[in-house]
Amino acid sequence: MNLVSVENISVGYGAQKVLRNVSLAIAPREIVTIVGPNGSGKTTLLRALIGAARPSQGHIRKRTGLRVGYVPQKLHIDPTLPITVERFLRLPGGIARSACAQALRRAGVPDLSGRQMSDLSGGQTQRVLLARALINEPELLLLDEATQGLDQPGSAAFYRQIEDVRRTTGCAILMISHELHVVMSASDRVICLNGHVCCEGTPDIVSAAPEYRALFGTGTGGALALYRHDHDHAHDDTCDHAHGHDAHAHPTKAAE
Amino acid sequence: MMLDDFMTRAMLAGVGVACAAAPLGSFVVWRRMAYFGDATAHAAILGVALSLALNLSIFAGAVAVALIMALTVTLLTGRGYAMDTLLGVLAHSALAFGLVAVSFLSGVRIDLMAYLFGDILAVSRGDLAVIWAGAALVVGLIAWRWSALLTATLSEELAYADGIDPRREQLVLTVALAITVAVAIKVVGVLLIAAMLIIPAAAARPLSRTPEQMALIAALIGAAAAVVGLRAAYTFDTPAGPSIVCVAAVVFLATSLLRTLQTRDRKPR
Repeated sequence: MNLVSVENISVGYGAQKVLRNVSLAIAPREIVTIVGPNGSGKTTLLRALIGAARPSQGHIRKRTGLRVGYVPQKLHIDPTLPITVERFLRLPGGIARSACAQALRRAGVPDLSGRQMSDLSGGQTQRVLLARALINEPELLLLDEATQGLDQPGSAAFYRQIEDVRRTTGCAILMISHELHVVMSASDRVICLNGHVCCEGTPDIVSAAPEYRALFGTGTGGALALYRHDHDHAHDDTCDHAHGHDAHAHPTKAAE
Repeated sequence: MMLDDFMTRAMLAGVGVACAAAPLGSFVVWRRMAYFGDATAHAAILGVALSLALNLSIFAGAVAVALIMALTVTLLTGRGYAMDTLLGVLAHSALAFGLVAVSFLSGVRIDLMAYLFGDILAVSRGDLAVIWAGAALVVGLIAWRWSALLTATLSEELAYADGIDPRREQLVLTVALAITVAVAIKVVGVLLIAAMLIIPAAAARPLSRTPEQMALIAALIGAAAAVVGLRAAYTFDTPAGPSIVCVAAVVFLATSLLRTLQTRDRKPR
């Protein structure tokens, strides 16, 4: 049974509809990526899934008792608000210290618990947000451009962490990303969104679809070719030279 | 009896207001609502005028108008005007209408200064009961909603994802603010209420590592400012409300300097 099914929803702010008749479903353990140009409604879709935006029509059905973890795009904490990482993680109440420590380990930042949130770097903040999302053992993890503001090695490391989380916890993941080549490599399924669902399927199918090409041009074709190439021949130097530093940034599927 | 002494009553009133203002003031600082507090307070003078005209309790009038003001701003924000423009229009119009309305009141000349700057030395036992009941209500309200309020302050999206409605939490703060303003009118007056909200909280910031610590330290600083300020007012024959605010400002200066010295000694972590 699906964890979440979105049935024909439309969402708008005022008269303008950002999403029109969008349907999709997420199965357990799946990694699904949503791609789409700016203003295509990716973030609105995620907001609808967490209940921050209400669909004007259609339904969102969640499996009863579904535990959802959510990682926002970014978190700005006013410097006047003192809060340690541990206090931040325990904010929902009833969360044990040991659960905090475990979530921080899973997010790859075991040593941050005593630090002030406002002192963290962008990458550390994203890891802490990931830890917060993991703390109640979610069955579905939602990531909204979680690597925005991170440099290439930083975001590649972040996505490796996500794959690692999926492997150890078995949660399904729905994420939004701009970084097409990085994200596509890690996904089971890609949904291309532009107000409506343009096309969806495995990364191979979507990248070949004319709708996708029309939105992202052929430029990304190169990146995808590079990605596939990367898979066929794991990390050889000629590949790096030929394609620049991009090759370093790919999360290697070899780990799986 | 202890409460017979006007100084004791004044100090108890000051401490009561400081206790309510500390946790609320912390949120006002974190959410950058300082001007919002100011505007609500200014509007309260209209409430004072109306309650005098209609022979209502001043507390009730001030709460009602402050609440209407705060709700109006919350509703209108994001509909064409920026928050600060809207606050500027509403706050100062309410203050002006209030002052004009007071001038129409026939009969007893009321001492407007008492409401603009407070008259803490004239606090009666009844006032004291209202102040402490109001303060208990505000502290109880904020303590009850503490985690939800903090989550909504940190991030609206995280709040929604946790099943918290940030608009409801904003409403809780708005109500708490209206009560605090009404309670504090007698103590520090309309013009200095925002000071009691913001200065102790800001002074507590460099000394705190968690939000709870900041609220608690702000309460201690506020209460100390009330006691020391009143003593100073008594000794030097200065106006009481402003003296309390001056003491709080000096504490703010001291903790800020402390922070500057600390960050110079060691690199910020």
